[in-house]
Amino acid sequence: MSTSLRNNRVPLLAGLAAALLCAAIALTFFYAPVDEDGLNQKIFYFHVPIALTAYACFGWGAWKGLLHLWKGKPGADLESYVAIHLGVIFGAMTLITGSIWAKVSWGHWWLWSEKQLVLFLVLFLFYSAYFMLRFSVEPGPQRANLSSVYAIFGVVLIPVSFLAIRLANQYIHPIAFNRNGPQMAGSQFFTFCVCLAAMLALFAALYNFELAGKRLDARLRELRELLT
Amino acid sequence: MSSEEKYVAAAYLVVFGVVLLYFVIMALKVSRLEREVGELADLARKQRHG
Repeated sequence: MSTSLRNNRVPLLAGLAAALLCAAIALTFFYAPVDEDGLNQKIFYFHVPIALTAYACFGWGAWKGLLHLWKGKPGADLESYVAIHLGVIFGAMTLITGSIWAKVSWGHWWLWSEKQLVLFLVLFLFYSAYFMLRFSVEPGPQRANLSSVYAIFGVVLIPVSFLAIRLANQYIHPIAFNRNGPQMAGSQFFTFCVCLAAMLALFAALYNFELAGKRLDARLRELRELLT
Repeated sequence: MSSEEKYVAAAYLVVFGVVLLYFVIMALKVSRLEREVGELADLARKQRHG
């Protein structure tokens, strides 16, 4: 894809993300009803989409890592790195918003007995350690290969973390979706879908924005080497 | 403001705070790249004339 096409995508995605985020906030506070959990339930509309976006970031990072190892696609390693970087940011937001929700609902910031929480923390720490590995190796093919392998290994934790709540014996963490579909009113589900679309659009905009910056940085480095 | 409202506001502020921080970091990076482009343009000009 040409550079101009890539650059045109950033403002478009940023505009889409901004519009969807405004719609998501309006729907959360003025459209979705307050259920028996009280106002605290409003955190769900951002917390769950952020967590799902974090999974998507890690999954996308692993896919790009696979493309790098399998087909040697140029730039796939950088794309994998940017996706994982954003995944860690979304992961941190998941942990913080989840802790705030837990404090109100359970009276605790964190419960070590909750498998869903601990497995998400393991996933978050696993991908946080990705940066230690990446920056401890000199830039080059070896670093790209090691980073890609690490990104792919981490993806195994995603379904485990996602299904942990269903594998757990104690259902302390609420289950919004089960085999019978979403366990919420139609208006709540619609709001949730808009929030999820907003978070995915935000990820797409930030991903393309950061990637454009990294590519520009690499090109400037090349130019500097040519001129000096 | 009730305690529940404060927690909900805190959760939303955290999300927007993190996104804002990300934009500040990226803006600093863009200004560094802009400065580097200026330096390289000066260097290219000097090489052309020298």
